[in-house]
Amino acid sequence: MNQGTEAKPMTPEVNTLPKEHYLNAGYDWKSWLLTTDHKRIAILYLISISVMFILGGLYAVLIRWNLLVPDGSHMSAETYNRVFTAHGVIMVFFFLIPSIPATLGNFLIPLMIGARDLAFPRINLLSWYVYVIGAAFTLFSLFSGGLDTGWTFYTPYSTVFAQSNVAFAAIGIFIAGFSSILTGLNFIVTVHTMRAPGMTWFRMPLFVWAHYATAIIQILGTPVVAITILLVALERLFHFGFFDPARGGDPILFQHLFWFYSHPAVYIMILPSMGVVSELITCFSRKRIFGYSFIAMSSMAIAVIGFLVWAHHMFVSGMSVYSAMIFSALTYLVAIPSAIKVFNWTATMFRGSISWETPMMYVFGFIGLFLIGGLTGLFLGNLGTDVHLTDTYFIVAHFHYIMVGGAIMGYLGGIHFWWPKIFGRKYSEWWGRISAVLIFVGFNMTFLPQFLLGYLGMPRRYHAYPEEFQVLNVLSSAGALILGIGYLFPSLYLAHSMVKGEPAGNNPWGARGLEWETTSPPPAHNFDQTPVVEDEAYAYDKAPKEAVVA
Amino acid sequence: MPEASAPPAQGPLAHHFANLKQQKHAAVLGMWVFIAQEVLFFGGLFATYAVYAMKYKEAFEAGSGHLNWKIGFFNTLVLIASSLTMAMGVHSAALGRSRRIVGWLLATVFLGTVFLGVKYFEYGEKIAPCFGMGAGPGCLVPGQLFDASVLHVAADVAPETQIFYSLYFAMTGLHALHMIVGIPIILWIAHAAWKGRYSPAWHTPVEIVGLYWHFVDIIWIFLFPLLYLMGRH
Repeated sequence: MNQGTEAKPMTPEVNTLPKEHYLNAGYDWKSWLLTTDHKRIAILYLISISVMFILGGLYAVLIRWNLLVPDGSHMSAETYNRVFTAHGVIMVFFFLIPSIPATLGNFLIPLMIGARDLAFPRINLLSWYVYVIGAAFTLFSLFSGGLDTGWTFYTPYSTVFAQSNVAFAAIGIFIAGFSSILTGLNFIVTVHTMRAPGMTWFRMPLFVWAHYATAIIQILGTPVVAITILLVALERLFHFGFFDPARGGDPILFQHLFWFYSHPAVYIMILPSMGVVSELITCFSRKRIFGYSFIAMSSMAIAVIGFLVWAHHMFVSGMSVYSAMIFSALTYLVAIPSAIKVFNWTATMFRGSISWETPMMYVFGFIGLFLIGGLTGLFLGNLGTDVHLTDTYFIVAHFHYIMVGGAIMGYLGGIHFWWPKIFGRKYSEWWGRISAVLIFVGFNMTFLPQFLLGYLGMPRRYHAYPEEFQVLNVLSSAGALILGIGYLFPSLYLAHSMVKGEPAGNNPWGARGLEWETTSPPPAHNFDQTPVVEDEAYAYDKAPKEAVVA
Repeated sequence: MPEASAPPAQGPLAHHFANLKQQKHAAVLGMWVFIAQEVLFFGGLFATYAVYAMKYKEAFEAGSGHLNWKIGFFNTLVLIASSLTMAMGVHSAALGRSRRIVGWLLATVFLGTVFLGVKYFEYGEKIAPCFGMGAGPGCLVPGQLFDASVLHVAADVAPETQIFYSLYFAMTGLHALHMIVGIPIILWIAHAAWKGRYSPAWHTPVEIVGLYWHFVDIIWIFLFPLLYLMGRH
């Protein structure tokens, strides 16, 4: 596998799974549903968010199916509204926000810093139950009539006029928000108090830094959307008049409060993905990461500046031209730390010994797609061009390049990279690479045409469109088909690997980091002895440490 | 987060911590992070209040003027007293006097209950007229039944007073909810203290429930002038 790199560091004889590990520590339902082991909770999350991803994906299929024809004859406008709202709500609140933190973050942060668990294992389990309850409320709302407000719940439509099941969905999202808050709280406290001896702040893997920055956003942003969405529910149920202009309320205030969280929420999705990319790119370039502290601090800068740009979603909603100018300038500012990361990753590859394993294929995909997503974001942060592009398919394409092209590429890259650690088994490298290419091609084919459609003036959220847009829409739907097949393959070969995969060994990639110094899968208590850290992160110029557990 | 640091069966040290000092550090930091989250949670309401108080100054003064500041002031004193008893409880825990912890915590619960009792009558007075009960007109619950006649404001200002009462119920309601959550937790901690689970070396649950209670009090310290005193200057 590692052709073109230094000799494989692990012993060449056949690997076996360790006798005892967290997966065989118990088989009854209680050992899973009442577990406080961060690794098992990560698996519980992995299963639940995968279910939500499939569901959200099915709604996306319906959207693309409807847009195959210009006259909207496949479904009524009302149905279409409910379909794209369901797609948005499920994907944003129940897949993207928990995706990397709740699965890979949960599994890896204690391992990476040499701890036995997160600081609050029971709160970690609680966060999963809170997530499931929130999802149940929201799904009930979606299946009992649906929701037609868009995932943004704009008032006064959502509070006064919408005939759909808004209150239930709002309560579901309110509840799910606390799952995110509890995860963030656990990560912050864990990073502060649970680091192994010698694991100083600037020896932490950049994955941990990225999650620390994410956790700050989760803690400071999520409660604001929670109270806002609660006010929407109160307004619907008890006719409080916060956002109803007929009773003196101000709908624009809702937009401010909503985006105060929902813009930083994008960074909740993308920062962990950037953390994954930092780990993978240094491993598959066989080179210490370039500009460690710049990457770490740019995560923090994104978390802080990300809180000051929310009103760029509202340039056409009505605000003073001076506020708009300031928010536009701050939006440009947030591009700087993002660019710092991309430059440092590229510099890491420079003169590195690059190999093309599946996880690295996703990294290449991430960098290209994130670059396009980020640069088109500047078009939208610019006051002049935003007026032309706002509420068109240009926006849809832009945020899918960040959320799918960025966040999901990083998520899949991370899943492939740590899969041998999580389940102790290898997957088919050939199928892995094929799927990565399919996803990249399918994704671009789906969303590049949407930039053009938006620029030509096709508005988002309509179920019908003028005939001259059909060619590009059909192209986009065809791309979505390829993308869907690309997502299907990993679910098949990874499921196969779980049962039949060849044992991977403790460190199949020859990677550095404490998580590779324990067995695959790790024992329930993570390490037999608390590790002592003596090196900077990513010491790819030194031989990897042997596993400290037998 | 008291449940995370509640002592397990074998002594207070949970399996994943190296020592009690680390466990205490984590629990206290956890509560501070939780409080930071709470500040932002209430912050959304305070921001909403600020926007509308500037926009509808006259309506807010009328709405606020109708609230009984004496009752509000009495409740403020009750809550400050409960903060004192809570602080004494934490102090007793540091000295390892379990019986005294129980006494001070029960005093805190008593004062908290008094506060909620007063709140019950305050709410009742505004809600009862909506159902045709109580003394005369003056339903102050926002919505169809809202009746601004008791506020003596001009007709064009009257609808805006609804926003004030929406905020009044949302803010004091959320605050009361935090007390309703806090009281059973304090009782639970008092029970553990009664069983002698805390010592000068390990009494972090008492400390962090104290932090939580003080935070809830501080929220009220802001709510009282914003809601009760706006109309009196």
